Amino acid sequence: MADEPLVLTKREGKSFKDIVMEKLPDGGNLNACLTCGTCAAGCPATGLAGMDPRKVVRMAALGMDEELKKTPWAWFCSMCTRCVHACPMNVNIPQLVYNMRASWPRDQRPRGILRSCDAALSTDTCSAMGAREEDFEFIVNDVLEGVREQPGFENIQAPIDKQGAYFFLNQNSREPVNEPEEMIPLWKIMHLVGADWTYGSKGWAAENYCMFLADDDAWKHITEVSIRKAEELGCKVFLNTE
Amino acid sequence: MQSIFTWYAKWIREGKLKVNSDWNKNLKIKFTVQDPCNIIRKSFGDACAQDLRFVVKSCVGEENFVDMAPNMSNNYCCGGGGGFLQSGYTEERLAYGQKKLDQIVATGADYCIAPCHNCHSQIHELAEHAPKHWGTVHLWTIICLSLGVLCRNERTYLHDDLKEVNIPEWDETEFLV
Ligand code: SF4
Ligand code: SF4
Repeated sequence: MADEPLVLTKREGKSFKDIVMEKLPDGGNLNACLTCGTCAAGCPATGLAGMDPRKVVRMAALGMDEELKKTPWAWFCSMCTRCVHACPMNVNIPQLVYNMRASWPRDQRPRGILRSCDAALSTDTCSAMGAREEDFEFIVNDVLEGVREQPGFENIQAPIDKQGAYFFLNQNSREPVNEPEEMIPLWKIMHLVGADWTYGSKGWAAENYCMFLADDDAWKHITEVSIRKAEELGCKVFLNTE
Repeated sequence: MQSIFTWYAKWIREGKLKVNSDWNKNLKIKFTVQDPCNIIRKSFGDACAQDLRFVVKSCVGEENFVDMAPNMSNNYCCGGGGGFLQSGYTEERLAYGQKKLDQIVATGADYCIAPCHNCHSQIHELAEHAPKHWGTVHLWTIICLSLGVLCRNERTYLHDDLKEVNIPEWDETEFLV
């Protein structure tokens, strides 16, 4: 791309940038870029696929919509927001990237992310590893039984759906599924401080791959299932454990 | 929605969580910590990053904590976020992570505490590409270690230097391999 002069032609209708700007508060300040390069200098994804955040903003400004919608760099930016934090004009690059991701046909987005999102949609636990309510309950109780053999932890609890508990805890699926013993230290801490807490049979999974997939409806659904469960149980604090 | 880091800090300040760094007084094992983007920069900011550091220092000893540069809200993403871990773009993910790798190497730390599961997976993998393979641990592991309640079967991510340190006297569990 770099060697060919870029010929700008008048376009009919809205550009990709215009459409994205309509969705964002203050248009994501996408017209405010000073081309200072602060974003690119501090972005770990700079240079991957020949791209960087400033370039992305320039391409949007120049209406290079096809290139923007095609570049795999949309998946190399982790949407970490460090660039926005550093940008003098508060240009919302990660939201631009989110919309670049969303412009990919759903079935052509990276398979791993797609599968994780679909797995989460397949069960109300929202687990990206597809762990079901009964799986979670079994694992938690099985691990708990072992911990109760330890002196001082005979009464340790790891409740699921405890009505009126103060804290609603979430848990990354990889713990119950791959390394259940990693849940024990967390439970021990909660026990020692005397915290009143619960998991939810629905929405306990902490990860949300649908957000990374840039599937709006799906990620909202995942978030809502968790929050609804926490509300239903009357929990006061939704406590993010990671 | 709140972060558990803030609660850990509160419980330590209130004396409910009796962590103690004496186990590391002579060992002097060095720790650094990752600031998960989703929790620090994107949600709770530097106040939460300070709480996180307070918790870590209370557990490992102030003199055994080495911060990354840059840090807190300015810290770099590890490269595991945004779906990167599941995206299949492994080479790019590791290239992205080079910044984090260099940062951790520069601290000289023996362990990096990664209090988010995505960060944990990514930083654990990055260690394999570093000259010195640091250990990558969850925060709750270090809290329970310093409380003296961390059993052998809960030490998967600790290296040999910490496999037998501050074991509860009643522990009859075995190391997981
Ligand atoms: S830091 Fe902001 S103003 Fe500077 S080049 Fe990047 S987007 Fe533009
Ligand atoms: S949000 Fe994307 S572009 Fe911005 S610093 Fe992070 S990886 Fe780079």
